[in-house]
Amino acid sequence: MCGIAGLIHRGKSSNVGRELTDMLQSLKHRGPDSTGFALYGNPKSGEHVLRFKVAEQEDMRHGFKIHDQVIERRAEVNRRLDELGARRISEEEATEYAFRYWITFDGDMKKLADYVEDVEGAEILSIGNALELIKDLGDATVVSDQYGLGEFGGTHAIGHTRMATESDVDIRSAHPYWAYPFNDISVVHNGQLTNYWGFRREMERRGHRFVSNCDSELIAVYLADRMERGADLEDAMRRSVDELDGVFTYVVATADKLGMAKDVMAAKPMVLYESEDFVALASEEVAIRSVFPHEIDTYDPYEGEVMVWQS
Amino acid sequence: MAELDQAHESYELGMHTEQLSGRTQQVFFSAEESDNLVYPWAPKVDFDKHAELDVESLDQQTVNAEIRRLMQEGFGTITVRNPGAKHSLGVGILSRVNLHFDGSLGYFGCGLLDGPNVTVSGRVGWSCGENMMAGTVLIEKNGGSTFGAAVRGGDLVCKGDVGSRTGIDQKGGTIIVGGRTGAFSGFMMQRGRMVILGDAGKNLGDSMYDGTIYVGGKIADLGVDAVEGEMTDLDRDWLTRKLAQYGLEAPNGAENMIKIVSGKQLWNYDNLEPTEKKLVL
Repeated sequence: MCGIAGLIHRGKSSNVGRELTDMLQSLKHRGPDSTGFALYGNPKSGEHVLRFKVAEQEDMRHGFKIHDQVIERRAEVNRRLDELGARRISEEEATEYAFRYWITFDGDMKKLADYVEDVEGAEILSIGNALELIKDLGDATVVSDQYGLGEFGGTHAIGHTRMATESDVDIRSAHPYWAYPFNDISVVHNGQLTNYWGFRREMERRGHRFVSNCDSELIAVYLADRMERGADLEDAMRRSVDELDGVFTYVVATADKLGMAKDVMAAKPMVLYESEDFVALASEEVAIRSVFPHEIDTYDPYEGEVMVWQS
Repeated sequence: MAELDQAHESYELGMHTEQLSGRTQQVFFSAEESDNLVYPWAPKVDFDKHAELDVESLDQQTVNAEIRRLMQEGFGTITVRNPGAKHSLGVGILSRVNLHFDGSLGYFGCGLLDGPNVTVSGRVGWSCGENMMAGTVLIEKNGGSTFGAAVRGGDLVCKGDVGSRTGIDQKGGTIIVGGRTGAFSGFMMQRGRMVILGDAGKNLGDSMYDGTIYVGGKIADLGVDAVEGEMTDLDRDWLTRKLAQYGLEAPNGAENMIKIVSGKQLWNYDNLEPTEKKLVL
């Protein structure tokens, strides 16, 4: 089933970490397996935030060696970042296996991402000026507390509560997906894509990498591919509605935009609230009510609809 | 023992009379006997007896249980405050009561109703009024998708816009939408009437078996086997009367609404059974 949510403040910053945590927690019944956040903070000029992990949560429960391996893998990631000329400004250990680095890097981001992910067990969750992508097993409150997201200030955010149907219960298959190797693009999705394998093969032939077998990852890669070839976000989204087959509603965010798209059958839910300075959208109205407890006017976007908002 | 008493009462009321005419048919109600139009276990309520229920801190099961408790205590007019878009509120009510939700409902609100008059001052989520048998549900704002799925009777009215697949599998009753509807509205409709005062999305009335859809705005396109029918004086009179009942009007007048019916050209209208087809071939 899965639950998706997003919010954007227009022209101001807010505690988007707390707001999205509340929204996702109220959608827990739609997917208790894992929860993910893509939070867009206030970027510092020239700095990138790198979020990566070097093991799955499940791995940490097995074997005596994994704790040493995690240390070794992180050291190898550090070595490779240094080798490619990325300067590590500061580092934070979000969990024993997931890390948050602030770096400066002027080189080829794809090369950097590929080189880091070549380390055994390493997966880059996101690289961005504004984007920080966090996902782990458990409900929204558990993940938010674990990663200290309650005080995260920013302009917009998207998130996902996952009920695993097509792939495993692990961080790799959790949403959101970063649109590798593009800065600051992330996607959450509710639905099933039926032409996943055909498009995946096409994207792989173009040089894109997939870290999971989850069909939702295709949307992020698809949008990245279209934008790499010159389309803007809205054009890429409109094309996706024509080309991706299946039932889906997805939400995408960039450094300064939030967008949603619905398939031509409108088979997956989405409720939307829009005011002059705020937009919130979610699989169920209860999620929006967790941010706006009073009576509000909401509506369902229609079939094939694509909408984009600027922060 | 209470259950046995109820069964006994229902037999006395003639609710288990079987008329055998080739097929077994149970006749539950007789229209000639108005007393039979309530279930034997239906609480006897007084419509002048009002109750208010603030459900902000209650879960959905408790809210529904509280509504039933108030009905058992004879309250015939119940106002539910702060429903907060919770799911499945006001469901399975099989007797007469005036129920008002002061706010919005989530998914599957007011489903499986048989008799109550419900008003909702806010919005409703997906599948409002599903399988309604009788009564009225009036929503002041917008509705989600699959609005009135498989409705069998009563009036389900939304004054705003509703989503896709409105009235899917409608088997009777009346669905009225004050605004627009999404795609596949009236999909596999079997009986009843649907009135859309605004625009209708694509594939309107796709594969409908029977029933009538009236549209006041533009139709994106018609579904398979849905065709335009001829508006008659009966249609116009019924529309004018029914819309006035809920304070609504057709934007360009009832006489200019478009009537959509089944073309009855699909294979399932072939009179031959599959075994008979073989004989013909």
